[in-house]
Amino acid sequence: MEERRPSPDELLDRVRRESEQSREGQLKIFFGAAPGVGKTYAMLEAARQKRAEGMDIVVGLVETHGRKETEALLIGLETLPRRNVEYRGAFLKEFDLDNALLRKPAIILVDELAHTNAPGSRHKKRWKDIYELLGAGISVYTTVNVQHLESLNDVVSQITGVNVRETVPDFLLDRADEIELIDLPTDDLLQRLREGKVYLPEQAAAAIENFFRKGNLIALRELALRRTADRVDEQMQVYRQDKGIKDIWPAGERILVCVGHNPRSIRLIHAARRLAAGLRAEWIAVHVEAPSRVRTSEQDIKQLADHMRLAESLGAEIVTLSGQRMSEEILTYARSRNVTRIIIGKPTHPRWKDKLFGSPLDEIVRGSGDIDVYVISGDVTEHHAHREPSARTRIWRRSEWAWSIVTVAACTVVARLLFPYFERLDIAMVYLLGVVFVASRTSKWPSLFTALLSVAAFDYFFVTPFYTFAVSDVRYFITFTVMFVVSFVISRLTLRVRQQAEAARLRERRTAALYNLSRDLVRERGVMRLSEIAMKHIGEVFDSQISILLPDGQNRLAAASSGTFAFTPGQQELSVAQWVYEHRQPAGLGSDTLPGAKALYLPLIASGGVIGVIGILPKSAQDGFEPEQFHYLEAFANQTAIAIERSFLGEAAQRALLKAETESLRNTLLSSISHDLRTPLSAITGAATTLLQRDVMLDTDSRLDLVKTIQEEADHLNRIIKNVLDMTRLESGAIQVNKEWQFLEEIVGVVLNRLGDRLNDHPVTVKLAGNLPLIPFDGLLIEQVLVNLFDNAIKYTPTGTPLELSASESFYTVTVELADRGPGLPPGDEERIFEKFVRGRGVAGGVGLGLAICRTIINAHGGKIWAENREGGGAVFRFTLSSAGLPPAPKREEETSGSSSK
Amino acid sequence: MPEDKELILLIEDEPQMRRFLRITLQSHGYRLVEAATGQEGLAQAATRNPDVMLLDLGLPDLDGLEVTRQLREWTQTPIVIISAREQEQDKVKALDAGADDYLTKPFSAGELMARIRVALRHAARQTAGKQEPVFILQNLRVDLAQRQVFVDEKEVHLTPIEYKLLTVLIRHAGRVITHRQLLHEVWGPAHVNEVQYLRVYMTQLRHKLENDPTRPRFFMNEPGIGYRLKFDPEE
Repeated sequence: MEERRPSPDELLDRVRRESEQSREGQLKIFFGAAPGVGKTYAMLEAARQKRAEGMDIVVGLVETHGRKETEALLIGLETLPRRNVEYRGAFLKEFDLDNALLRKPAIILVDELAHTNAPGSRHKKRWKDIYELLGAGISVYTTVNVQHLESLNDVVSQITGVNVRETVPDFLLDRADEIELIDLPTDDLLQRLREGKVYLPEQAAAAIENFFRKGNLIALRELALRRTADRVDEQMQVYRQDKGIKDIWPAGERILVCVGHNPRSIRLIHAARRLAAGLRAEWIAVHVEAPSRVRTSEQDIKQLADHMRLAESLGAEIVTLSGQRMSEEILTYARSRNVTRIIIGKPTHPRWKDKLFGSPLDEIVRGSGDIDVYVISGDVTEHHAHREPSARTRIWRRSEWAWSIVTVAACTVVARLLFPYFERLDIAMVYLLGVVFVASRTSKWPSLFTALLSVAAFDYFFVTPFYTFAVSDVRYFITFTVMFVVSFVISRLTLRVRQQAEAARLRERRTAALYNLSRDLVRERGVMRLSEIAMKHIGEVFDSQISILLPDGQNRLAAASSGTFAFTPGQQELSVAQWVYEHRQPAGLGSDTLPGAKALYLPLIASGGVIGVIGILPKSAQDGFEPEQFHYLEAFANQTAIAIERSFLGEAAQRALLKAETESLRNTLLSSISHDLRTPLSAITGAATTLLQRDVMLDTDSRLDLVKTIQEEADHLNRIIKNVLDMTRLESGAIQVNKEWQFLEEIVGVVLNRLGDRLNDHPVTVKLAGNLPLIPFDGLLIEQVLVNLFDNAIKYTPTGTPLELSASESFYTVTVELADRGPGLPPGDEERIFEKFVRGRGVAGGVGLGLAICRTIINAHGGKIWAENREGGGAVFRFTLSSAGLPPAPKREEETSGSSSK
Repeated sequence: MPEDKELILLIEDEPQMRRFLRITLQSHGYRLVEAATGQEGLAQAATRNPDVMLLDLGLPDLDGLEVTRQLREWTQTPIVIISAREQEQDKVKALDAGADDYLTKPFSAGELMARIRVALRHAARQTAGKQEPVFILQNLRVDLAQRQVFVDEKEVHLTPIEYKLLTVLIRHAGRVITHRQLLHEVWGPAHVNEVQYLRVYMTQLRHKLENDPTRPRFFMNEPGIGYRLKFDPEE
């Protein structure tokens, strides 16, 4: 059967995968269901095997947990020393990443992938160390247990009741080139545990009680086996794709999971990821932002951002929708993306709320049509649920309470003054006004308090009997209730409106800031200016000092510019930035990597890769940036990166263009001049060899003739070379126009003298207007123009015909012309003759550069040069020079009566 | 007799140029010392005490400007610079640093000889320390004692500055003088950059003393470098 040919995209993808793999180290994971199954043992055995094959393999870090058999396997393997880290008085022995990178073995063993590094280490997590090793081209053997996998974390804690805090992202398992499942039947594992082969006996007993219950172990084993099976399945898929075997899976499953700030969302995300993996489907994590619910606290926003990031790291596409009705938005979006399954959490709020406001879940289920809806339970695991009230809500500002009391007091005074003239109902209105006033400038609790206080004050001062809280008429209870409910609702509404406005203002301000940055960036060119602009904007918005670091030729970063917002990172900080540049990941203050740094460093990533690093040093000491700020910072960094890249590309294009032009000029030049150079050279060689021949008798005249030929041809050669050199230097910009105020007459003198005998066959008349002023021009270059024009005339006009050089000025423009009485220009050639390598017809010798050089020089002077045919036969070449401006005139002196006055 | 003729030190790294110069100079009876590098040239200048030095600007070890400076620290022996065309700026610098004259490659044997003669004459006059009272160049006669100028035996009136300019040119007759040097000698050190003064007065001089100012026979312009009063003691 013929195999289907993979599409070019698929092939490219494969090539990329393969080349990435060959450049990076290989990752092999020894995967187990529980501690004690023998992962480390198996890893060491594999290592010994490799060493026997002659591989350069070292032990980076292996935890033997005092197991004898395992320790025995270590003998004979090179083991790297560990790094001692002092932390709170205790010495921790950590994996020494730098040493390992320095040693650079082919394979390194690093046990326990999920380990969390001691504070002060470069990375918070060991898996990041391993990632760096892989990036450096070192292959890694490592071990991990199933409970440490992020996506299975909640399942494991459900099964075992133990929370595992050390987790590794699932993509590590996907990234692994090889996974070896170390499986041990549950009974055997328990046996080993009892024998003290896993833990010391007293620890073992406690372990069997808790984690190592038989039921737990069976469940974990199943999880490990299934995860491995999934992975094998994925490899099978990849294999099928590579080999062009047709996809036999029904494609088109797409899963949507609804994510909120509620910690239960984590479970939903994990469930979605598992379902998606099982179905091999794409999945989308969606959050619906309802404008009416902007009163979410900062804590909630942070949680939501964390959830979305988690979903993204697990492979989801993340989408934020906004709309008033959550169910409607989700269903519309799901339809537009052909979603087949929706995952949503079970409601946790009381039922009456649904009755009152409608249930989004119910609406989704009813409106889902052919989409399956999965409703997943909402157990909140302990460690996710701890929500500390944010600093702002915890410390209620005293002034808000004061506002509340002062306002109610003021209302009471006003009401008291009005009381004799108005109804009680109107008095209540005054209090309502007070509630609105307080709600418009305080938070939730003070406004509620104001509502209560108002009712109390109303009762105390205005309801009979006065000055007691006692109420004579039961009807007043209705008044109180209505008054309280109305105040309460009004206060909530006012509050909400204010918060919405604030949120909108904040968003607006940020959008505007981002827009301003991009607008300013677009206007500027040049890396220095762009950096300055970015530094100014980012520095202002984040109240920070900024450093933009760009690589030099050796890929070492250096600060690109300075200014008010700049800071210059020290050696320590620079190495953090360097790490960011090399690994394309954020590091420094508040991030997972090198959090001890003073500033946060983000890579400047543009379409062509990392172009530099931006460092952000907050002016006020803080632990880091809020996730939202961080995202926002990233947006700024991206804008900056794109602008700088654009500038780099522009410069590169310019250089390439210049290079291409120079190249093409050089090629034309070479092909064109090789012939022209050879002609005089042949004449010279011929003449010289004849003179050198001893057996040939030459009379004096013939000898003289030959010598003259040598001299003339050498002269000719010199002129050609001079023209070629001039042209190249003019075009490459090596010649600068050096204008000086001078008289044309002086240059004409030089030219006529320089041409000397060559003008013998052409009578030259010079007519320079008497009033020619000083003109600013480059003497050497204009001399060249005149010489070339004369050369041209000599070459193309018959012997004996006159040449006329004249110059005159009008309107601050001096026009110089050289007229001849030769054959004139062929019609249509008037422009062409000024192009490079264009030669006149019928005359040999010359490269066709003379007039092109003239044009280049005159253009550089801001003048014009052109040629036309003359009345009465012949051609005339004209060029203009501007005489505008005032020369610094020398002081005129009175002519003395004679030089012999003394 | 050839043995009596002056000793020339040639500092030039290209062998073909050395061969051409050796043949030409020796055929005119000069004695010759050759050096291929700047260092060697400096050493030879100190030990052999030449009468004229020909110095190529593009040497492999030291640049010609540096050699000129070092020589000028202890000797006034004339230095004639040999340069390629692209080295205008270096040429001016070397002249301002004390070199006497220059030749641009390629040059003819005739030009070379004329430059050497002028250089030797100036050296001789410097040691003698006197100036001839009357300077005659074709139809131009300048009586330096009487401060009178004649063209075709007709007296021409010059302004004081024109006259001063003329005397400076005569003092350096045959040699190039840079704009800077001329301005310094005529107008004083405060005006060394005001080249347009010079241009105006040179033009006036030409109009007064030359038959056809567009084809000058005496007051030659050397664009980018300076001026030269055309004069060859042999003629």
